[in-house]
Amino acid sequence: MIINHPLLGPRDAAEFVYLGDASLLNRPSRDIENAAQAFTDYLYLRDNPAGVHQELWFHEQGDRSWLVVTRNTLTHDITRVELAHDIVRASVQQNDPNHNSEHKSGLDQ
Amino acid sequence: MRYSAFQILKEGLTGNKGWKPAWRDPEPKTDYDVVIVGGGGHGLATAHYLAKEHGITNVAVLEKGWLGSGNIGRNTTIIRSNYLLPGNEPFYELSMKLWEGLEQDFNYNAMVSQRGILNLAHSDGQRDAYVRRGNAMRMAGADAVLLDTDGVRKLAPYLNFDNARFPIKAGLWQPRGGTVRHDAVAWGYARGADSRGVDIIQNCEVTGFQMNNGRCVGVRTSKGSITAKKIAVCVAGSSSCVMEQAGMRLPIESHVLQAFVSEGLKPIIPGVVTFGAGHFYVSQSDKGGLVFGGDIDGYNSYAQRGNLPVVEDVCEGGMALMPMIGRARLLRMWGGVMDMSMDGSPFIDKTAIPGLYFNGGWCYGGFKATPASGWCYAHLLATDSPHETATEFRLDRFLSGRMIDEKGVGAQPNLH
Repeated sequence: MIINHPLLGPRDAAEFVYLGDASLLNRPSRDIENAAQAFTDYLYLRDNPAGVHQELWFHEQGDRSWLVVTRNTLTHDITRVELAHDIVRASVQQNDPNHNSEHKSGLDQ
Repeated sequence: MRYSAFQILKEGLTGNKGWKPAWRDPEPKTDYDVVIVGGGGHGLATAHYLAKEHGITNVAVLEKGWLGSGNIGRNTTIIRSNYLLPGNEPFYELSMKLWEGLEQDFNYNAMVSQRGILNLAHSDGQRDAYVRRGNAMRMAGADAVLLDTDGVRKLAPYLNFDNARFPIKAGLWQPRGGTVRHDAVAWGYARGADSRGVDIIQNCEVTGFQMNNGRCVGVRTSKGSITAKKIAVCVAGSSSCVMEQAGMRLPIESHVLQAFVSEGLKPIIPGVVTFGAGHFYVSQSDKGGLVFGGDIDGYNSYAQRGNLPVVEDVCEGGMALMPMIGRARLLRMWGGVMDMSMDGSPFIDKTAIPGLYFNGGWCYGGFKATPASGWCYAHLLATDSPHETATEFRLDRFLSGRMIDEKGVGAQPNLH
């Protein structure tokens, strides 16, 4: 498989480490009422569709960026590749327009 | 018809005109006591033991393709009970005991061949871990022998003993391990279940569950609706897709695992050998082909085919372990879809939905578990309580902290 890295262009999937279901980007808050159940679900349950799947790949042998890859699990076709950083920043800004993502986004570190 | 040497002789003398199909091909009824979703090894074994051990014969097994078209026909046929943890080892030893009596039990030649399995250790730490594992196996009633380098050399002189990077320090040898003819397992269980009245319905895909007041009361299929008192899902590989129709999200990812067969060679490898430093396991089939495999490809897939980096990785492992196979040509390779659970261990459990039961998460160790999985699932379905060897295979074990973490590396879906 070839992953078309948004910054580096087409790269062999063997350069990457796979983490799975991109719902891992949405970590629940520890302050909510049923946090134990929410964290169990977050840690252990996975979207596992036969078809289009959003998943996290880490470019370990490259620029060490996290990517969100949209891939079909039936055909292995990759239709979209984004930086996870951009997705998280967009979702943070959407939820909190006053949020200064340069300083508060956890993915910056 | 009971198969026997006498039958073969009789049929041979009368033109082989008396053989009958090994199972019927019935149309589904509209109602059953138990509907088993999935006609693979585990589903058919469940049906067989439900009928034989519990007397529950008003059962249908629904299979979306042809019988045994999933992982029962795509594995590397290894049987073993060399596990460590108390949640696992008694279960796999039960499975080994059932393998040993299987052919007499269902009157079918499954070619159970206990030629032994040899796990190699390549460091002092790994040898110590194998000592511990061997002790755990023996405490659960299994057999285990620790071999030193000379012992390994005597058993498998063709291994690379001069490898400075991965020296062979020891071997954990389970003489009762071996291989079984995988398709015959499906056929034997199907025949055993069918002869006791179980309906095996092929080309019948389940497309949804019927719910009534929060209870699962039946399935919708490509051959119409079928109601049942109990619905038993047993579709490892596709578990997430099927259970999603019941609104459940599972601690499972589906991954592809590749397997390989070389051209036929003269007998050289007596049992199963596994490489402890990489991931490579090999046995030799009765036809002479080397049957081998290694790691999963490592990304979600339902494609039943893998990619080349893992082919290279598996072959490198083989070459590091036994350089002699470098001249053998690869004949076939294929992929199967695995339920990779979050701790590498399976599930045999009721779900939160009354009437709906779940068996899955077998990672890539499901074949060896086939008899015990059917035995324990049948026990659960018949008695509504888990079998004593399968009490820990629960769906809620991640919330309760009772993971069966055989490798001791925490939750990640690439274990086995």
